[in-house]
Amino acid sequence: MADTAENAPGTGAWDYDPAPERAELANLRAHYRPFIDGAFVDGTGEPLKTSNPATGETLAEVGTAADADVGTAVTAARAAFERTWSTMPGTERAKYLFRIARLIQERSRELAVLETLDNGKPIKESRDADLPAVAAHFFHHAGWADKLDYAGFGPLPRPLGVAGQVIPWNFPLLMLAWKIAPALATGNTVVLKPAETTPLTALAFAEICQQAQLPPGVVNILPGGGDTGSTLVAHPGVDKVAFTGSTEVGKLIQSRLAGTPTKLTLELGGKAANIVFDDAPLDQAVEGIVNGVFFNQGHVCCAGSRLLVQESVAEAVLERLRGRITTLRVGDPLDKNTDLGAINSPEQLAKIRELVASGESEGAQRWTSPCALPDKGLFFAPTVFSGVHQSMRIAREEVFGPVLSVLTFRTPEEAVRKANNTPYGLSAGIWTEKGSRILWAAEQVRAGVVWANTFNRFDPTASFGGYKESGFGREGGRAGLEAYLDV
Amino acid sequence: MPHTAADVPFDPEDATRDEARLRRFLHGLPGVDRVGLEQRAADLATRSIKKSAKLRAIDTAIGMVDLTTLEGADTAGTVHALCARARRPDPDRPGVPPVAAVCVYPDLAGTAATALSGSGVAVASVATAFPSGRSSREVKLAEVGMAVAAGAAEIDMVIDRGAFLSGRYGDVADEIVAVKQACGSAHLKVILETGELATYDNIRRASWLALLSGADFVKTSTGKVSPAATLPVTHVLLQAVRDWQAVTGVARGVKPAGGIRTTKDAIRYLVAVREVAGERWLTPALFRFGASSLLDDLLMQRRTQLDGHYSGPDYIAVS
Repeated sequence: MADTAENAPGTGAWDYDPAPERAELANLRAHYRPFIDGAFVDGTGEPLKTSNPATGETLAEVGTAADADVGTAVTAARAAFERTWSTMPGTERAKYLFRIARLIQERSRELAVLETLDNGKPIKESRDADLPAVAAHFFHHAGWADKLDYAGFGPLPRPLGVAGQVIPWNFPLLMLAWKIAPALATGNTVVLKPAETTPLTALAFAEICQQAQLPPGVVNILPGGGDTGSTLVAHPGVDKVAFTGSTEVGKLIQSRLAGTPTKLTLELGGKAANIVFDDAPLDQAVEGIVNGVFFNQGHVCCAGSRLLVQESVAEAVLERLRGRITTLRVGDPLDKNTDLGAINSPEQLAKIRELVASGESEGAQRWTSPCALPDKGLFFAPTVFSGVHQSMRIAREEVFGPVLSVLTFRTPEEAVRKANNTPYGLSAGIWTEKGSRILWAAEQVRAGVVWANTFNRFDPTASFGGYKESGFGREGGRAGLEAYLDV
Repeated sequence: MPHTAADVPFDPEDATRDEARLRRFLHGLPGVDRVGLEQRAADLATRSIKKSAKLRAIDTAIGMVDLTTLEGADTAGTVHALCARARRPDPDRPGVPPVAAVCVYPDLAGTAATALSGSGVAVASVATAFPSGRSSREVKLAEVGMAVAAGAAEIDMVIDRGAFLSGRYGDVADEIVAVKQACGSAHLKVILETGELATYDNIRRASWLALLSGADFVKTSTGKVSPAATLPVTHVLLQAVRDWQAVTGVARGVKPAGGIRTTKDAIRYLVAVREVAGERWLTPALFRFGASSLLDDLLMQRRTQLDGHYSGPDYIAVS
């Protein structure tokens, strides 16, 4: 056979060929339905169409839950709570949770592709970050189910009852895991509403509940829009509400529940500072900055969207950062080499564009990666603003997109002051080779999660949650159990 | 990158003027965070290289191989066989590029030079009491001179790890400078033996020490110490040459050696070269693989790509 001269060494740049994961692995169906009392049923709400943000194609039609369906689901959850789930020994609940965790692992490839299709995140992340974390969360909480006496809340801590849970579109299945795993482990039953634009993996999870032979009513999944969510959280049959999403909606829920006995935890927005001191391991700090703000296209509530860099190394860091960002590959989320996928919805893309325009008009210097973007679909190239001041909108408001604001500081005190000068307080990053400085800064920064020399690392054993307008309550670890226990 | 203010140009001669300055310079380099480095290396290793990009990578890798035999049992015969392979790695497939160099012990450099004459394949010779480096300066320099006189165009020296680890950076630098001088026009690859340097911070310092002292290439390992080349270590070396280029304008090379046996491994290294140092380094002039068995797998995978099926080692001329 003759050798092909095409792509021979020395003939131009070496680029990677497309390496797409197969979309068929998602087992996508044309229709999905709400999951109530152990069965998939027709919802009485107006069906919604969910689409692939990378192509604009409709993926499936999804039945939604109207008010009546919310009532049916809450009643089913109540019955399941009273009849089986709250009275079942912890060792038995653990078996179901372990079974669910194993089924998630078995179907992880399918779920990763489905997540990428529905959400737009790169397959590399759904495969290597989301799905392993989802399974880990169920395994971790399965282990708690029969050890609640040792969680530090006294003997025989009691569950709350029915949990109404509303989750966002940025990590659809992972946020579901963060909500459902601790609720079930502690003996509560669940009615969960996935985000309007990303309902598919939650409904695939409902199938897993069936496969695991979870008693009917323990988990109910109600696709729908904001109306469904507000009906659910205000339903009198719900004992506990857990919400992850925008601060705006979080405030509405909080005022709605004021004066009621319903317990509430909120995980809301963020504007995290990633603080790079001049003695930081610079190459890894650059990686941490990139991972901090471009992970999941920046659709991360704890994203390190404000870089605070010490003046003496600011130029060196920015130069490396731009070089590194230029290597990021933006495009087909199913391509295994894609680093940044699609923006989840046209509304979100419009919001990012609007805030970026405000950055430009307020006088910050914009730099955008020269990377190629696909012709169709919702994409935004990684963007860095330097010369940003605390007063600018891009320094104060959550962009929730691949946009980094760079501010500088001279002294550690100034860094902390700027880091804390935000209504939010979800996470922070500290980069220095000096241990004492890490400990000092971590004490000073008002943020629920502080990462030192790393960013966006999640572990089910480490509790997650915010200060101030980033919400209250913790998810994950021992502290996270409290939100679902009557203590 | 060394911390120099933008308006103060980086001056290698100033950094090496005396032992104290050299120490200050090396210890002023930014630290390396182990967890972050290894995470980045593992993440880049998930790149999926398929189809024509894979074929291109295989041919690029073949052209970067320093085909190596460093055994006590080497003879003129084994070196002849190796040189024949180096010239035409897959005789049935004339499109296969020759390897970059053949790497032998100094006493066989002449044999290799004769066998490779006119081929464009360079003779590389290890020298300086390889692999331990434990001999006197005179003996080391004599060995370099002998190898160069026998026709070696590239010298792979080892640094004095004992001196480096005990903080005698000046001794290590002086020796590299002396060897570089003894090399004449021959290219100098400086083996850091990263498996003995204990920390990534040390590996970064040793890389800069070698570059400051005139190394044309920094090389990870002798292949006689475990661990030999790893992806994270190679990242540190690639960062060093990238930063060296940024401050001096001169591009120096990197050679991971030891333990790279499969096409899959080699492609992971090429991805690291492309994304850590830059596309510019994807040439045998700036990147080499020190390997003995890697070529076999590259040839088998090359045939697999072109023929559409795997044939196995019986269809290529293994050495």
